[in-house]
This record gives sequence, C-alpha cells and structure tokens, in this order.
Amino acid sequence: MNARSRVEVLLELADDELILGWRDSEWTGIAPLLEEDVAFSSIAQNEIGHARALYELAARELGSDADALAFDRAPDEYRCAPLVELRRLEWARTIARHWLYETADEIRLAVLKASDDPEVAGLAAKIDREEAYHRMHAEMWIDRLLATEEGTTRLREAIDELWPYALGVLDGELRLQLVERVRGRLPFDLPEVEPVTRGQHTEELRELWDEMTEVRRSAPTGAQW
Amino acid sequence: MIWEVFRQERKGQPFQHAGSVEAPDFRFAEIYGREQYGRRGESEALWLVPREHLSVVEGWADEFDLKYRRVDGYSIKARLKEARERAESR
Amino acid sequence: MDDQEFLEYVQAGGQVETGDWMPDDYRAKLVKFIEMHGNSELMGVLPEREWILRAPTLQRKLALTAKVQDEVGHSQLIYRVVEDLGKPREQCLADLVSGKSKFHNVFHYPTKTWGDVGVIAWLVDAAAIISQKALLKCSYAPYARIMKKICWEESFHILHGRDVILAMVTGTPEQFELVQEALNRWWPPLMQFHGNPIPADDDPMYQWRIKSQGNEEARQQFLDGYVPQMLELGLTIPDPALRKRDDGVWEYTEPDWDELRHVVTGHGPKTQERLGFRRLNHDETAWVRSVVLAEAA
Repeated sequence: MNARSRVEVLLELADDELILGWRDSEWTGIAPLLEEDVAFSSIAQNEIGHARALYELAARELGSDADALAFDRAPDEYRCAPLVELRRLEWARTIARHWLYETADEIRLAVLKASDDPEVAGLAAKIDREEAYHRMHAEMWIDRLLATEEGTTRLREAIDELWPYALGVLDGELRLQLVERVRGRLPFDLPEVEPVTRGQHTEELRELWDEMTEVRRSAPTGAQW
Repeated sequence: MIWEVFRQERKGQPFQHAGSVEAPDFRFAEIYGREQYGRRGESEALWLVPREHLSVVEGWADEFDLKYRRVDGYSIKARLKEARERAESR
Repeated sequence: MDDQEFLEYVQAGGQVETGDWMPDDYRAKLVKFIEMHGNSELMGVLPEREWILRAPTLQRKLALTAKVQDEVGHSQLIYRVVEDLGKPREQCLADLVSGKSKFHNVFHYPTKTWGDVGVIAWLVDAAAIISQKALLKCSYAPYARIMKKICWEESFHILHGRDVILAMVTGTPEQFELVQEALNRWWPPLMQFHGNPIPADDDPMYQWRIKSQGNEEARQQFLDGYVPQMLELGLTIPDPALRKRDDGVWEYTEPDWDELRHVVTGHGPKTQERLGFRRLNHDETAWVRSVVLAEAA
C-alpha cells in the first residue's frame, strides 16, 4: 500500500464502502425476512456512514467535501473494486459478497489501524468496531447456509462466481491472507481463477452512477438538497 | 422461533417488554433484536427469551379480607388522635 | 362476559389482551384493520425505495434508507400482533401479494420526482401519524403498545420530510416547482386518506374502540396542523374551496370517494405493478425462508 498516497488509500476504501452500501440498500424494503430487512438496512447505512467519514478526511486534503467526492466525480474516477459494483444479487450471492468483503475488509483495516498516521489509524479503528457486527452477521449467515444441503449448494455457486472479484479487493500479501482465511472457512474448494482487479470497472458501475446522481445532476452544481 | 425482547432504556432502569423478533437461533435473534430495538441508541441492554420459555401466570383469588397486606388495611387516624391526646394529658 | 358486556367494557375504556375472551366479530375486525396497517407499512416502502438509490446527498441517502427501514420494522411489529390473533405472517404476506387484502390508498400512486419524496415523508406521514396516535388508545392493548414505538419513529420521518421540503423551497425556482407539483399530485389522495366522513358512532372500528376518533375528526386535525405550514412556505394548496370557518372547521371540496374505493380495491395507477414486484420478490426469496426456518442442525 506504500505506493499509494494517503488520499488514494482513503478514497479506495471510501468508494468501496459507498458503492457496497448503495448496492446493499437495494435490499431495503424487500429482503427475504422482515427482521433481516431491518438488520441488512443498518449494514447498508453503516457502510455509507463509513464512506462519509473517509471522504471527509480525504476532502480536507483536496479542498472538497464528502458529497462532492461521493457524487460529483466521473464514474472512471471511482477507485472501488469491481466486487462491490455488481447490482443486487440474489440472496446467496448477496451474503457471499457481504462475507467475502467483510473478510477482506478486516485484513485491510488491520493494516490501517497500525498506520503511523493517527487520523487514519483512529478512523480505521472506529470503522472496525462497527464492522465487527457486520462480521457477526455475515458469519451467522454463512453457518446457516452451510447447515443445509440447499444452502451449501447455493453458497458454493455464489462463491464460485464471486471469487475472482473478491480476490481483486486486495493485492499482494493481503490477497494471500484473504485466500487463506476463505479457504480455511469453507468446506469446499475455491476455483483457480485470475482476479478481477481494482482499476477496471464493470458496466454496472456506470448504471449505478447514472441512477445515483440523477437527482443531484438535475440542479446546477452547488444547489442544496 | 419467536423471541420476546425486553429492553432497558438506561442503566439502572427496569427491563420492559419491547416486542419480539422471529429468528432461528440466538445469533440471529441477537442481530435482529439489536437492530429492531436498539438502532437509535434507545436501549442500554436487551433480554432475549424464547417465547416458549415464558410462562404466564395470572388471576389471584381474593375471596376473604386480605387488606392487612396493603396500606389501605390500616386506619390509624382515630387511634393516633387518641394516643396523642393521652400523651398530652400525661 | 357476552358480546354486549364486552362492548360496554371497551366503550368504557377497558383494554383487552391476547389471551382474553373476545367476540368473534371483534377479533375479525381487529385482524382486518391491523393487517391492513401492516400491509400499508410494507407497501409504503415501495414508492420510496425507488428513491433510496437516487438520493442526492449522503445525508438524504441515510435518512431515507432509515425511514424505509423503520417502515419495514413497523410491519414486522404489526404482523406479529396479527399473528398472535390467529393469522400467521406468511398468510398475511400471501394474501397481500395475491391482492386479497388491502393497503392504504396513498401507496397505490407513483412517485415522479424527488419532490414526491419530500411530500410523502412530510405530509403523508403527518396524516398517518394522526391516525396512529389515535391508536395509542386502542382497546386491543398489544396493538396500542407497539404504536408507541411506531409513533416515535414516525416523528423522525416528518422532520426528515420537512427538511427535504425546506431545502427545495429555498433552492432554485425549479426545485420549488418540484415541491408544488408534488403537492398538487398528492393533495387529492391526502384528502381521501382518512376515509369518508362516516359519523364515528356508525363506524364499527370506533364502536369497538379499535379506533378512538372518527375519520372527519382526523382530517380536520390534519388540515389544522398542516395547511398553515404549507402556506407559510409559499405553496399553493390546489383546492380553491379550502377555508377555515369562523367556528374553526375546515371546508374543502368533496374528495372523490369513488376514486378512493376504486384505488384501494386494487385499481390504483401502481397497484398491480407494485403487487407484481412484491410477488416476484416473495417467490425469489422463498428458499431463504425455508433454509432459515429449517430447524438448526
């Protein structure tokens, strides 16, 4: 991570959290169980809250603000990983993405928490305290899916499909840590695939961006909403 | 499985019934209870109890005079007055 | 206790718990009324959900998501009350998506712009909170109890809605116009929202003290509370006949009760599309419920 500037590191994490939060909020109102709807919506809101805090830190350096960073950049300028861009996936894939992302995020946050930049380390620690609940949520769902044959089959299909994207969330040594953790947790083998790395974008990000910025773009820059 | 949720608003206060969640096990019940009954910081702590483990007791027979167990079972006014008068005359 | 004694009991302010004896008609009316409330919370999610993905700032995104989340939470609380009266949640959901049961008129209409998001959160929720506050005194105690949490959360929605509206009426002329257009669209359904002005004493829901006020009383309260607030923002209310008489009663153009009946019986502009969406979603996630509800190994 040394090669990236502080702002780049912050934006990478912020964009991941923003876009994943946006995708997760697609379930608000239509999740498989009413209780789950409430719980998963909180997770979506937390991710957006993390994004906002990270954008605020980056914005101080860039002379911008959180909303401008979240909404007013062109789609190509976002630094999010393709994993978070994929539009509302069916539930097994939603859980698989959620779990894979949280697992990767924990590894990444551990590095940031140890940063010698006190602001970055402090914010990472704060975010991580909330992510702990997300991990509890993701882990209980993984166990629940693995407890039945149907759940296991569906989870396996989901992981097979998303694994190349999950690999792309981290790179170098951290990616190896992710492989090890995921492999240790699942009762089935992971496919041998090339990662879909950060820096490229799916068409789905462009579609999400069009929708996400539709209202905001309808008034001149600087308008209050 | 239905879990009854009792909520303590602030430390030191009693736990009061808040509602319920449907969840297959304690881990789900915890997450669902946390979000449904505490996401706005309105709870200090929750008790989660499977509904089937709650036993309801109601109805008390009070066929004979049980007033001696209550404050309204004691009318001390007249006797207190007399006691005071006697004390004064001593 | 017989039916008549029960009626006198609730009319004198008596409350009823789940396990208590109750007349069949009372139970049936409760289930119908409370189920429709649960349905409305759940269907009310859909018009706003579309805008969660288009919210124009992070703050609005969070507040709108939280509002929709609250509504789902309300439907969970409400369906629990129905279930404990004898109709399982899954049956309520099945009857909802098949079009067998009803939901409130306002949730059958489209949301066209961000202005609608503000008007719904401010005024539809304001109208709803008036009905819901009156349910705090419902004769069926488990329902009255959950209303406390529901009313508490609705109050945030009104603040959020008012803030959305204030930002727009103080914004560009186009933004102001979005609010005015949305108000024009929502005014007729808002005036129909509390139902036809049937006298409270002829309303079976009032007789059983399921509701504690009549329809017209609720509408007058809404007009009294919110018309001045709309006017002070410079908005025009699209009813030339609207005025407050000297005796404090609001006069208005007779709402279209045929439209109300037509809409709530499944013929609103968005009824079929929204039910179809719910049905599809319900089917697609059925496997999750069966996996979750499978007894833990």
